[in-house]
Amino acid sequence: MSTHEQTVTSHVHRDDEGSRMGMWLFLFTELILFGGMFFIYSVYRYLHHDDFHVAAKNMNVLIGTANTIILLTSSMTIAVSIAAMQRGKKMLSLTLQSITVIFGFIFLVNKYFEWTAEIGHGNYPGSPELVNQNAGQILFFGLYYVMTGLHGLHVIVGMIVIIFMMRFTMKDIITPDSYVKLEAAGLYWHLVDIIWIFLFPLFYLIT
Amino acid sequence: MDKHNEHAENKGHGYSIYFLVWLGLLTLTAITVAVAGINLGGITIATAIVIASIKSYLVLTIFMHLRTESKVFKIFVMAALFFIVISLVLLFADYSSTNI
Amino acid sequence: MSADAAAINQNGHESYLEYKGKYKGIFAWILSTDHKRIGILYMVALLTWFIAGMVLGGLIRLELISPGRDIVDPQTYNAFFTLHGVIMLFIFVIPGIPAVFGNFFLPIMLGAKDVAFPRLNLFSWYLYMTGGILVILAILLPGGAPDTGWTFYIPYSIRTNTNMIITLTAVFILGFSSILTGLNFITTIHRLRAPKMGWFKMPLFAWALYATGWIQVIVTPIIGITLLLVIVERVFSVGLFDPALGGDPILFQHLFWIYSHPAVYIMAVPAMGVISEIIPTFARRTIFGYKFIAFSSIAIAVFGSLVWAHHMFAAGMTDTAEFVFSLLTFLVAIPSAVKVFNWTATLYKGSIELDPPMLYALAFIFLFSIGGLTGVIQGVLSVDIHITDTYFIVGHIHYVVFGTAGFGIFASLHYWLPKMIGKMYNIAHAKVAFWILFIGFNFLYFPFFIMGWLGMPRRSYDYLPEYHVYHLISTIGSWVMIAGILYMFYNLLISVFKGKRITDKNIWGGETLEWFVDTPPTLENFDEEPEINDPYAYKQNEIEAEEVR
Repeated sequence: MSTHEQTVTSHVHRDDEGSRMGMWLFLFTELILFGGMFFIYSVYRYLHHDDFHVAAKNMNVLIGTANTIILLTSSMTIAVSIAAMQRGKKMLSLTLQSITVIFGFIFLVNKYFEWTAEIGHGNYPGSPELVNQNAGQILFFGLYYVMTGLHGLHVIVGMIVIIFMMRFTMKDIITPDSYVKLEAAGLYWHLVDIIWIFLFPLFYLIT
Repeated sequence: MDKHNEHAENKGHGYSIYFLVWLGLLTLTAITVAVAGINLGGITIATAIVIASIKSYLVLTIFMHLRTESKVFKIFVMAALFFIVISLVLLFADYSSTNI
Repeated sequence: MSADAAAINQNGHESYLEYKGKYKGIFAWILSTDHKRIGILYMVALLTWFIAGMVLGGLIRLELISPGRDIVDPQTYNAFFTLHGVIMLFIFVIPGIPAVFGNFFLPIMLGAKDVAFPRLNLFSWYLYMTGGILVILAILLPGGAPDTGWTFYIPYSIRTNTNMIITLTAVFILGFSSILTGLNFITTIHRLRAPKMGWFKMPLFAWALYATGWIQVIVTPIIGITLLLVIVERVFSVGLFDPALGGDPILFQHLFWIYSHPAVYIMAVPAMGVISEIIPTFARRTIFGYKFIAFSSIAIAVFGSLVWAHHMFAAGMTDTAEFVFSLLTFLVAIPSAVKVFNWTATLYKGSIELDPPMLYALAFIFLFSIGGLTGVIQGVLSVDIHITDTYFIVGHIHYVVFGTAGFGIFASLHYWLPKMIGKMYNIAHAKVAFWILFIGFNFLYFPFFIMGWLGMPRRSYDYLPEYHVYHLISTIGSWVMIAGILYMFYNLLISVFKGKRITDKNIWGGETLEWFVDTPPTLENFDEEPEINDPYAYKQNEIEAEEVR
């Protein structure tokens, strides 16, 4: 809290609903950031329907589905970690938070393998193979790398945020009476999950 | 803070709702993957979007607690979604017709 | 800021300027989370940048004083108008009133001690300063200042060798600053109003900041992603915008304007909010149609997000798009017209005092009317085909943006600066400066409409002799206006150091809460919970006015 509040008054302003409101507003900005990319995807998909279909055959549906399951499960674990904290189950909450982070890590590992495979096949921006393809195929991969890349960055940020929450939990800064930070972290993670929920069919399931 | 105790009480048997939603999400994922294998043209993508929307709805209302938040939060979410939808619709005014 | 003994306000209370917290010297300012200090920090930076933007404008006019080369080459000229736009829009008017006066006065007007997220507020300021520093780097580093225009259109923004990535990063960061300010204000208005202050007891300035906050939060991310993609395009050639790789440059324009049109309402709506405060105070009458004005701010935010492609009528869009956006553009004029009508109605039978804030407010109404109506003209498809990308547009934008946001900031300074620092400026000088500024403004910008109608293209380094007389008048007008602006600033600046000390809480006779706290306010604004009344209750003054008649 700001220094002046501690010296001048003993009352420290706390407003959990306000904190959650602020977090939701921030989530909207993230949603719309990705929304802009979905706009671009929609337009190019509409204009280059067949090329997108062809390019999407390169996608590995198995890894995509696995990653979807991983993120959905991690959403559950962070949600339950909050419920656990509400009921005073500190160790359970901490365990669930760490499982969430681990799932995030596995997601990123999968992504790494996917990307290296695609790059190995010559499907990356600026590659000699890709430049010779149709416009729609170039665009598909442009969108693929940017959207999953930006999403991956958000997964990393989310993991870092949750790691901080783990620290706060261990130090009893997050407690059954004061856990809005954990709720906010959870909200961020759920948004990352929702974005993937839409990315998955649009890139992997359009063959 | 009473509200927190209320929250905890609502979740008295509350862990189960999260498991149920999780199972629902997995089921929906399975459906969407299965449907993708069937080529129904435009319907396939529409189905995929609808299923993704249902999954998002579940995450929003249960995992993100939108269901238990005050009304103002729900209005906020609708405002954001309204903007996204209407912008997409207006954007397509320039792409879906073919003259000029 | 000198914390001299004179800053102690009338009740012997320590003002926010004198408060000594944990930090000393400059750190007491740049590490302060006090919304009032943050407002002052923004103000100093903002006004400095305005001078820079104004100098660039002056240089543009100098180059255009006659056909052919006058002072610089075309490349430099392109950099001038690009920087003029980037600075004036992204660094001056978009942060503008919310960052300075919103920060300083919103909590006070609501009866609160600070905004909802004070540390986030300070972070917004740091982002703002970082954005500004990056723009300076973009000018100084090899590669040269950007030359694409502030609109960064594809494909040139991908091909130019100037410092685009730094510039785009600067704008991205500035956008983030804007988002966080909006987020802070929305939450503040929902959560920190005094217990007895319902939504409809809130001042109209707060309503304006609320609507603006929503625009900031919702549309700014679109330009964030769009500019990010241009950076990615320059570095990785992904092809999303590059026509050589299958990208669609018109798609860039759509995304750019989905933000940049509502952005003009980020600029205008807070200024309209200020005018809604000044007019009742200096007409000594309650505002006409409070709810209409409040809701019109929301309506502008909503409708303003639906009209963006009117910037693209000649870009090659489909007929459907053209008709739809033209119609929506006519509709968006309505809530603005409601405001102008209500302000005018407030003046009717009012007891008008032509103090400097009121002069700027009245000028606002005049300039906005011209600017807004020319906007409706541009919304007519058959007309826009001829005047798009001409000086008509440049005239329009300066009348609306400078006329609303610019004059709004000048009005705010004359209205609120004395409250902020506890010193009064010289009113006579302020009035003279106003007239010089206002007359210069019109000689500078009105010829734009004429020559634009006659076909003079915008952003053009050179022109045909038939346009010379208009450019000449305009450039001379710019000298008069700049003189007026410098005179105005000098008068205000002198007051900071040598102005007459005021301890009056209510300098102008306003009815909103800031006029019932100390001058300058104490650290926590209120010692006890404030009494909440109707913010425009000029009953006392109305009775007096009646008696005089």
